[in-house]
Amino acid sequence: MKPIDYVRARTLDEAVLLLRQGGERARVLAGGTDLIVQVRENRRDVDLFVDIKNIPETNRLEYDPEHGLTLGAAVPCYRIYGNPAVAKAYPGLIDAVAMIGSVQIQGRATVGGNLCNASPAADSIPPMIVYRGVCHIYGPQGSRVVPVEEFCTGPGQTVLGPGELLVWIHFPPPERHAQAHYLRFTPRNEMDIAVAGSAAYVRLNGERIASARVALSAVAPTPLFVPEVGEYLAGKEITDEVIRQAGELAKAAARPITDMRGTAEQRKHLSAVLTRRALRGAIQRAQEA
Amino acid sequence: MATKQIIRMTVNGEDVELLVEARESLLEVLREKLELTGAKEGCNNGNCGACSVIFDGRLVNSCLVLAVEADGKTITTVEGIARPDRLHPAQRAFLEEAALQCGVCTPGFIVASKALLDQNPNPTEEEIRRFLAGNLCRCTGYHKIVLAVQKAAAMMQEGV
Repeated sequence: MKPIDYVRARTLDEAVLLLRQGGERARVLAGGTDLIVQVRENRRDVDLFVDIKNIPETNRLEYDPEHGLTLGAAVPCYRIYGNPAVAKAYPGLIDAVAMIGSVQIQGRATVGGNLCNASPAADSIPPMIVYRGVCHIYGPQGSRVVPVEEFCTGPGQTVLGPGELLVWIHFPPPERHAQAHYLRFTPRNEMDIAVAGSAAYVRLNGERIASARVALSAVAPTPLFVPEVGEYLAGKEITDEVIRQAGELAKAAARPITDMRGTAEQRKHLSAVLTRRALRGAIQRAQEA
Repeated sequence: MATKQIIRMTVNGEDVELLVEARESLLEVLREKLELTGAKEGCNNGNCGACSVIFDGRLVNSCLVLAVEADGKTITTVEGIARPDRLHPAQRAFLEEAALQCGVCTPGFIVASKALLDQNPNPTEEEIRRFLAGNLCRCTGYHKIVLAVQKAAAMMQEGV
């Protein structure tokens, strides 16, 4: 790796100051599992790593049934699935954080980093969208909030402005008779990147779907929230035809490219199949919730 | 810019203090400055697991940790797993089951197997395969490795 500087920030203000001074060539370092490789392979031009793992706010992992979940940007995957209360309340998020990379990667990689890396194939982002996650951002002008579905603006691009960093993501408490499920298609069982993925959240009212949210991975320049599916499903009885139609709406919203992992046609097809299965999985969990 | 920094860490039970550059990975510092060459550089991008070490109790790829991030941390490498008089059960089982061929991946597999057995003393074959998915072997294959981990688990249960 080329010569570089590193500072372990202790406060949010210190991190913001360093990011402002460093400009575009300063970069927040959380788990480093993407960033270190990108800098080593000269895919990202960085002069300064601002390590945020020693800032109290970015390490928050707090859940209670009244206020929901606060998930700090520097919390690694293993701490999320290792927390029984969080795992029970947000199993759709656990689906994703337990499948990212390997055990070694999960020991370092953070959900905040997954968001800020802004890969269209990021596994944790669709579940965060369907659980109504809100990004809390801090910067030179103070704090602001952005829904997760609006955070990524293109491949590797986010809404973060100069000097801004993601501090935590907040999720509302789980609703009654509601739950989510995330799944993806990969040729291998482990250590792979999604060809396509789908997260579904449903809230049930007896035999009917009261409300639903669906988001897709790896079928658009950003993780893709598909509100049409939720609008269609609201108030519908759960039948095979309704689930099939929901899958078709997801497929229609997908606008994938062909690359080394799969063709656009395959990804369109997968968007329907995975959305049907994610909905079935979410419905089953909601019935048990 | 690109200043050097002094870091202090505990490696295999020993406190060390050394001067590192921010661009140096923990793997580079372990191998080149501390002469602990057990952890291997395979892919240097987090795919192969040959550089696996235990970092504050978690299994990580040392190629994806900067040495400066290790300041104040406790690290166990494959060199720190055996007792002075006796190999760790995972090491004995890998030898007895001939679960290696060229050996480049073996230190990473041993460290990962120890991490698995510390948290799950009696893993199923499925659990072993899932846990070790981040360690790649390009010659012996995985069957003998899984058998060795099962044997190590049995040895640990029997206290041998």
